Amino acid sequence: MSGDLSPGFADPVTEAQACFRAVLDAMARPGRLHTLGGVTPPPPLGVASAAVLLTLVDHETPLWLDDGLRAAQPWLAFHCGAAVVADPRAAAYAVATDLGELGRFHPGTHEMPETAATLILQVAGFGSGRRLRLSGPGLRAPASFAVAGLPDDFIAQWHANRTQFPCGVDLILCAGDQLAALPRSVTIEEG
Amino acid sequence: MAYVAVKGGERAIDNAHAWLAEERRGDPALPDLTLPQLREQLGRAVDRAMAEGSLYDPDLGALAVKQAQGDLIEAAFLLRAYRTTLPRFAHSRPIDTAAMQVERRISAVFKDLPGGQVLGPTYDYTHRLLDFALAAGGPVPPAPRTDTPVEAMPRVSDILRAEGMMETDAPSEAEPGDLTREPLSFPAERDVRLQALARGDEGFLLGLGYSTQRGYGGSHPFAGEIRMGEVTVEIEPPELGFAIEIGDLVVTECQMVNQFKGSKTVPPQFTRGYGLVFGFSERKAMAMALVDRAMRAEELGEDVTAPAQNVEFVLYHSDNIEATGFVEHLKLPHYVDFQSELQNLRRLRAEVERARDRPAPALVDGDTDTPTTASQAGSLP
Amino acid sequence: MMGYNFAYLDEQTKRMIRRALLKAVAIPGHQVPFGSREMPLPYGWGTGGIQVTASVLGQQDVLKVIDQGADDTTNAVSIRRFFARTAGVRTTTHTAAATVIQTRHRIPETKLRDDQIIVYQVPQPEPLFRLEPSRVETRRMHGLADYGLMHVKLYEDIARYGQISISYDYPVMVNGRYLMSPSPIPSFDNPKMDRMPALQLFGAGREKRIYAIPPWTEVRSLDFEDHPFRPINAPHPCGLCGATDSYLDEVVTDDHGGRLFVCSDTDHCAERRAAGHVGTDGVKEAAE
Repeated sequence: MSGDLSPGFADPVTEAQACFRAVLDAMARPGRLHTLGGVTPPPPLGVASAAVLLTLVDHETPLWLDDGLRAAQPWLAFHCGAAVVADPRAAAYAVATDLGELGRFHPGTHEMPETAATLILQVAGFGSGRRLRLSGPGLRAPASFAVAGLPDDFIAQWHANRTQFPCGVDLILCAGDQLAALPRSVTIEEG
Repeated sequence: MAYVAVKGGERAIDNAHAWLAEERRGDPALPDLTLPQLREQLGRAVDRAMAEGSLYDPDLGALAVKQAQGDLIEAAFLLRAYRTTLPRFAHSRPIDTAAMQVERRISAVFKDLPGGQVLGPTYDYTHRLLDFALAAGGPVPPAPRTDTPVEAMPRVSDILRAEGMMETDAPSEAEPGDLTREPLSFPAERDVRLQALARGDEGFLLGLGYSTQRGYGGSHPFAGEIRMGEVTVEIEPPELGFAIEIGDLVVTECQMVNQFKGSKTVPPQFTRGYGLVFGFSERKAMAMALVDRAMRAEELGEDVTAPAQNVEFVLYHSDNIEATGFVEHLKLPHYVDFQSELQNLRRLRAEVERARDRPAPALVDGDTDTPTTASQAGSLP
Repeated sequence: MMGYNFAYLDEQTKRMIRRALLKAVAIPGHQVPFGSREMPLPYGWGTGGIQVTASVLGQQDVLKVIDQGADDTTNAVSIRRFFARTAGVRTTTHTAAATVIQTRHRIPETKLRDDQIIVYQVPQPEPLFRLEPSRVETRRMHGLADYGLMHVKLYEDIARYGQISISYDYPVMVNGRYLMSPSPIPSFDNPKMDRMPALQLFGAGREKRIYAIPPWTEVRSLDFEDHPFRPINAPHPCGLCGATDSYLDEVVTDDHGGRLFVCSDTDHCAERRAAGHVGTDGVKEAAE
């Protein structure tokens, strides 16, 4: 039961709406930071990742968690009713503490690119670390974006993801209560 | 004359609604219609609203018919819009029409069969003469009843199947699709097709079914069986582990028996077209069965040539709530688009005038004025 | 409103639509199928736009609803009331004061900002439908970016009329990849879509499709180098405010050819008049 589980949104309708608007804005403007709150998830699941999951995931969205986040499964099952799957390729939403291979997630098909997975990746922080140069839809001009905690091969992996457009995985980066998104349409270079 | 922009849309809407309510009520000197009256005395109208509204509730159906002044598409729309807000508590088990409390059961393929032919409350052999006695009102004598216990009534399709003459539908444990939750996608499987037909417009299906009989995708149908009556709805809550009854519904089922010449792997046998509709709706169930069979053309290796066989065409156009909305949306303001068409037409006509006034014939045609290069701006890949 | 959730839709439905919206933003111009619900308004009257608006709207938002550029057309009034009743949000007629703008057939003349969202009502999301009615086929064409059919249509227009004859719902290429219907806005409005700072969302309820254009995204009206895209507008200033750069409605003033051309965007026109701009018919009005 829920006795030993920390609470989800106190006001689900209002908080899910606010969180969605943050994610929508993040997805529409790659690299723009948003701050979320209102939940106390079990570590290592971060506040921003948890809020995004409460907002978007339910029994209709197969969810995949990497090994680092297995401990959060009961919390997510209780608050989202999420169906957790073992095969990353079957996931509509995935949460990871480590990027691993982006190619293990479903990239959609050319006729149905919307069936691609959304990966919520927990990173160390924003504003420091790896400097990226973002360009593409949502950006008035190429923008600089710094993320700590991305693997060395991130740009190469993203390049492979970007070149299969309109297929490709969409990425939501979360660090603590902060969030930014990298939709598949964004081009990423060393910044 | 000064121009004053049209204002006051809000008040116009309120006034229109007030007028509508008054007109719906009609002459206040006459008694107001009650929902039980509608449910009992305009049952076929309520049935149609429930069938196309995809919501089985005769009282709400009666309310919808009353609220819509008997406009059955409008009534179905009211039920749909209500239905969409309802929570889903459980999924029912498949209903068993073989165990139906039959009120009517006829077969056009066997003279007699277990359970017999039961004519039931049908208009079939009424002479269509206006009944002025009905206009006068008055008591209706009770219909004769029999005390003979009702025999079991196996379905004709099962009787034929027992002999190997009828195709067998492979049982499936797969979760059936649901058009009210997921948009149509193609190829559309039969579960989704049948759902669309069951919700579909009676008139549209009637026309399509009729077209198959006239050669547009015919499949030599026989009305194997039509039955109407009450069936039990059961759910099986996981915590109980067994099924419980939650209510009854009246349905009409039609099993069309169609010829099939067989294929390399399947010997010649009969195939089925299936119709199932809420309430008493024989016309709709029969039309549905014809169209269901027609849409199986590709699966059965038949040529797909007729409208009724074109799954995409049938499914995208059978829903009368969608159709009525889009047809009727043409009455919404289109000033802006019409204005751009006007300006466009004026421009095109001016071009023609100019060309006519020029000394040499220079009216553009494909040879003299062809686009050569796609510009950077609008380049098509 | 009693008995209904905030903004009418249940949370499960909102989640489904929100997921579709995010995918739509990630794939600019691609039509994402969604489980469109039956709304209490008829299909073809803005059910797609309403579902999108209901899924993005929050208590902090200020909503503007226009139809044909006007806030007071009956369908705009009806939709604005729907949200005022079901969500209790503040509404406005001022473009600049709105955070969410739902529209049918127009883009406001006032430039939209980066903190605004515009939601278009879309009757027919498939830009190829007049050329190929089968959605199975058109989906294949979008998958392959095979837009030869549209190319041929435009080419034939030029061969026949000397120009492209489309005056509204003029097809656009989004981010160089997807052919998209801009909804039945006049081609006059098409250039506003290109690199618009606001997020543009499109909802087609009956056809069960959602699509989007992120801010600053390239949106190009199809044309040819020697037949460039030309937006269409009446060659007149607004009779009321004198604007020469706004899209005009044509009003029939009598039965012997009398016409008055006025801004279709009623908010734009009213603001200009409030700022002292007067058109030729406005002067007459003041003089009487």
